[in-house]
Amino acid sequence: MRIGLFVTCLGDTLFPEAPKATVTVLERLGHDVVFPRDQTCCGQLHQNSGYLDEARALARRFTAIFGDFDAVVSPSSSCVGAVRELSPEIAPRVFELSEFLVGQLGVEDVGAYFPHRVTYHPTCHSLRVVRVGAAPRRLLLAVRGLELVELPEADECCGFGGTFAVKNPDTSTAMLADKCRSVLATGAEVVTAVDGSCLMQIGGGLSRQRTGVGTMHLAEILAS
Amino acid sequence: MTSFPEAARIALGDSQLRHNLRNATTTIRDKRARVVAEVPDWDELREAGRAIKADVMRRLDEYLLQFEESVQAAGGQVHWARDGAEANAIVLDVARAHDVTEVVKVKSLTTDEIGLNEALAAGGVHAIETDFAELILQLDGDWPSHILVPAIHRNRSEIRDLFMRTIADGRELSDDPRELADTARLYLREKFLDAKVGVSGANFGIAETGTLVVVESEGNGRMCTTLPPVLVTVLGIEKLLPTFADLEVFLQLLPRSSTGERMNPYTSLWTGVTIGDGPQEFHVVLLDNGRTRVLSDQVGRQALHCIRCSACLNVCPVYRRTGGHAYGSVYPGPIGAILTPQLRGVANAKSLPYASSLCGACYEVCPVKIDIPSVLLHLRAQTEKDVAERIAMRSLARIFGNVRLYEWAQRLARAGEGPARRVPGPLASWTQTRDLKPFAKETFREWWSRERGA
Ligand code: SF4
Repeated sequence: MRIGLFVTCLGDTLFPEAPKATVTVLERLGHDVVFPRDQTCCGQLHQNSGYLDEARALARRFTAIFGDFDAVVSPSSSCVGAVRELSPEIAPRVFELSEFLVGQLGVEDVGAYFPHRVTYHPTCHSLRVVRVGAAPRRLLLAVRGLELVELPEADECCGFGGTFAVKNPDTSTAMLADKCRSVLATGAEVVTAVDGSCLMQIGGGLSRQRTGVGTMHLAEILAS
Repeated sequence: MTSFPEAARIALGDSQLRHNLRNATTTIRDKRARVVAEVPDWDELREAGRAIKADVMRRLDEYLLQFEESVQAAGGQVHWARDGAEANAIVLDVARAHDVTEVVKVKSLTTDEIGLNEALAAGGVHAIETDFAELILQLDGDWPSHILVPAIHRNRSEIRDLFMRTIADGRELSDDPRELADTARLYLREKFLDAKVGVSGANFGIAETGTLVVVESEGNGRMCTTLPPVLVTVLGIEKLLPTFADLEVFLQLLPRSSTGERMNPYTSLWTGVTIGDGPQEFHVVLLDNGRTRVLSDQVGRQALHCIRCSACLNVCPVYRRTGGHAYGSVYPGPIGAILTPQLRGVANAKSLPYASSLCGACYEVCPVKIDIPSVLLHLRAQTEKDVAERIAMRSLARIFGNVRLYEWAQRLARAGEGPARRVPGPLASWTQTRDLKPFAKETFREWWSRERGA
């Protein structure tokens, strides 16, 4: 199977740990991963901000770059959701990492060891757009040493929403404050999710409040 | 209108409001989730609701004429109103024809949308709101902030003080909810018995039979539509259902989605005039007020499917924090964010399509499956952008369109980044409350080249 890695523009630039960890996990399971160098952004940023023509042009570019792969895997549900909508020709072959591991490869134990107390934030797009279901949780439960603690009001949005955080800063901050409170209530050392952008929001809040709670992408825990 | 972010900022500062909103919406949301989970074929029901509404929108012209004919055949009179002003004038004419200075009224978003009460008042007719919460707001010159719980932003002691100032006839009141309800009840009963003209909206109008349906909890609607000898109902043209049998779907979807009840306490249905029983003169005003324009937009028109259950408000992380007033319209929350810009024109409500984090919770609960996030994106594409943003987004599109430019921009951004944890410019709002993630020292692609050499 030819697997194309879609790292996303934010993953490439701001949190390369997540795509790197994705490579580690897939290779550990014996798969070859290809990184098509021409990739940039899937078009979600422009679609989200109301620039549909630009978004469609970027989606066409994306489709051309990833069209030949048997599977396209990405450590971001939000971008996978956007690709499925904007690039329908390749939609059935594009997967978020956890759904690919559990749903396509049938793997839950990826051989990870992570002896920490972890809470999992199910991001909105993983829950309601890509519908990864229980996949991330099943992967986490199979990680040796890991203690998974329930996040209160887990399915509440963290307040990121792309341009939302910039255009509606006060409302976004109020949402973030509640999310940080929930995270702190768990006593977890690390909060994890399948979207780097939401982790950037949550991590930004937790770090500003000097809580000492860290954020890690699910892929990073699976690669440990 | 004040922009959403501005209005939201003010609302967020009101801790009483946030507390009330959180409690009330959490309670209703949990109740809804429980009663929805009881219905094994909920998704099929939602799909049926969606399909019926989509059919109504496609053939609205036929259904409207059929409805008119059915109402007339049953002894009712039908009026057509292009906009709020026309509709208000029709209602005022009916009141004047009967020489009244007061009418009793059932809570109706449609009449709020067109400012009927104000128009009647200007014409010398006082419209008395008979729903408990609406009465509170009316007595205090306030306006609704939730579709179903209009006074969600008020608390008991405020209501006690208000009643003592207005309808208690000098009696001393406690803030016991029962006593407050009794005070309102006594006041309203007298009004019901005196009224010559009743005014209502309706949840549904049945094209096949000309029947109108009001779904409610308190019974005041039943009083308004049965006691006064004259009844006027204002109906948005999108509220039609083809056949009586279609109610089977909607009377399951609506109560469970809105109040979290299996069935609401009062469902009133009437068809034209029945000699010797109920109103002997019946008018229905069919209101357009921007709806045909919404209908002409193939993506946006699904906003007209809305049955005003308010489930989307109760799950919306934005609404649950800002409340309804921030939306600047009688239609708050996610549905307001897609309906108001369409009814008024996107240019007149351009911040509303952005008043959402696109979390999708609204779509998941909507009983008629309105894809609110997609309509929001559709409307965002129609908003006029400011020049600086447009230039920035166009340049970004060009950078994303060419990988050489993209890699160059990555290096430039990293080089230009200072040690600052707070930055000026468009990202300032981000760094006021959160730390900014620094650019990675090595991008993924640089790592890949170093490791894999390709
Ligand atoms: S949009 Fe859907 S969920 Fe929201 S009020 Fe209308 S019918 Fe209910």
